[in-house]
Amino acid sequence: MNSIALLSAAKDGILTGSVYALMATGLTLIFGVMDIINVAQGILVILGAYLSYALQIHWHIDLFIGLLITIPAMFVVGIVIERLFLGRLKGPEKTAMSILVTYAVSLLIEGSLNMIFSVNDVQLQGWYVQKAFAIGSVHFGYIYVAGFVLAVALLSALYFMLYRTRFGVSVRASLADQTSAALVGIDVRRVSTICFGIGVAVTAAGGMIYGSTNAFNASSSYDLISRLLTIIVLGGMGSLGGAMVAGVGMVFVGDMVGVVWSPIWSSMSYFIILAIVLLFRPQGLFGKQMARVA
Amino acid sequence: MLKTKFLWWALFVLIFAGFPLIVKNPTYTSIGVFALIYMACATSWNMFSGYSGYIALGSSVFYGTGAYTMALISVHANMAAGAAQFWLVPLGGLAAMVVALPIGWIALRVRRHTFVVITIAIFFIFQLGAINFSFTGGTAGLSLPFIQWGASYYNLPFYYVMLVVLIVSLVMSALVRRSRFGLQLLAIRDDEDRALGLGVKVTAVKITGFTLSAFAIGMAGAVYAMFVGQIYPQFVFDPLFDLSIALMAFFGGLGTLAGPVLGAFILESAQQYLTLRFSNGSFYLIAFGALFLIVISFMPRGIVTFFSDRRNKAAAATLAAPTAGDAK
Repeated sequence: MNSIALLSAAKDGILTGSVYALMATGLTLIFGVMDIINVAQGILVILGAYLSYALQIHWHIDLFIGLLITIPAMFVVGIVIERLFLGRLKGPEKTAMSILVTYAVSLLIEGSLNMIFSVNDVQLQGWYVQKAFAIGSVHFGYIYVAGFVLAVALLSALYFMLYRTRFGVSVRASLADQTSAALVGIDVRRVSTICFGIGVAVTAAGGMIYGSTNAFNASSSYDLISRLLTIIVLGGMGSLGGAMVAGVGMVFVGDMVGVVWSPIWSSMSYFIILAIVLLFRPQGLFGKQMARVA
Repeated sequence: MLKTKFLWWALFVLIFAGFPLIVKNPTYTSIGVFALIYMACATSWNMFSGYSGYIALGSSVFYGTGAYTMALISVHANMAAGAAQFWLVPLGGLAAMVVALPIGWIALRVRRHTFVVITIAIFFIFQLGAINFSFTGGTAGLSLPFIQWGASYYNLPFYYVMLVVLIVSLVMSALVRRSRFGLQLLAIRDDEDRALGLGVKVTAVKITGFTLSAFAIGMAGAVYAMFVGQIYPQFVFDPLFDLSIALMAFFGGLGTLAGPVLGAFILESAQQYLTLRFSNGSFYLIAFGALFLIVISFMPRGIVTFFSDRRNKAAAATLAAPTAGDAK
């Protein structure tokens, strides 16, 4: 263990963490507006990655240019899922039911992906995937840096939309209180559908970066969703800023633990941190106070 | 009413006890063992999650704990392979309860939907632990002592032990449902704040319910380990297990006694059969996901609740009919 190893673990943590932050933001946005926990987020990331893969293999479309197709495609996928399965959920059991429904959707997608692409691991390719540049003795992989830039850009765009547009005002109003939002004339139903679409659309970008930095198959989604869920609980469910801080923070801590202690503890440290934080702050780091129990 | 219900359950036990005497094909009795495992687990899961409304999606933590208890003790205590190992089954259940207590203490401090997510996270801690620690044998898993029972007879002891475990879980579930404690769980499901206001010690009740529900799941895990003879972390700590028992309970009818048993029986037998028949796991995933989505669209409260609602409606209609006639 030396300072360079530490420094490069810190760098990895921040660069990879930003991508997780992006995917978790989509998840927490969906929860905040709709009270729906989208357990399918993990498999949707993988679906996004496979879309990029298919475009690359069949039409030789570059990964980043492919995003122009995959992001709108995933947006549509999100809207279809919301309209078909989630719109009919109502009442106090809505959140719990949404977990089961999205889990079933996720199984459906997992099975289909296994059939179409087989269970063998694949990885996305591009001239920038294996290349790196160095600053001092710390190496920066192009794809990691590009992922970081992409995540920051998309998160900024999301923030711009939420805080500078009229639609963003309706989203934030629905985040704060759905009933009141409906009372002042906001079409909460439409806002919900679009938010679900947006929350799913970010998985296209997240999936592309994930797929080019890891070998993946459909069952990688379990690892992804467990991390994403941990991130949004730690950040406070429904809190966008919390998802971002927790996303970067957890991957950062995980990588540091991996270097300082042992890789065995690296992914476990996530969950142990979560358990400790919840003992003292059950609502998560940036969560709203427990206003209601249900 | 109570008596007829009891007779139905007695008939149910009788049919299941008689099944392996009539159907001797090991393929089908093996399906029977798996169906019983899931029936017991879904019943036990329902005893906490169905009654209290706190959906737990990490129950394979208990299953895996039971399985590893069975495997580790039979390996390290140099036990003779055979019937004596069945004494470890209740021990597996107790070990699962010991594990459940601190988990409940951490996970039940939060709101209902956060609880779901935390149970998933805790599940992953256990899976990673089983993969990474050396005493669990890592990804290579653990081999239990080989049991030399003839192929035609091998499944039967497991089948009957599992039937006993299922009966234990059913009796526990029925007793909880009828007790003051069960009413408190239901009160928590309906309105936790009000239950608290009425003096229900909600935290203690939830933790107790959660811990009790671990017992039969741990026992089922222990039987599973002994039955298959070799356990792997990714099969005993399986996210699909967590989801399956929830879906089974849901499919049959959440919060009812018969629902989870029926749901697990239908879905697990179908799964085992389809896997044997087509040996394609992906097909099963698609079928399972699609079936569940269809059920949720048409019978959003499960099969048992669907039919009892219909019967109640029919009864209400026959009661109402004479009154309408009088009015003429």
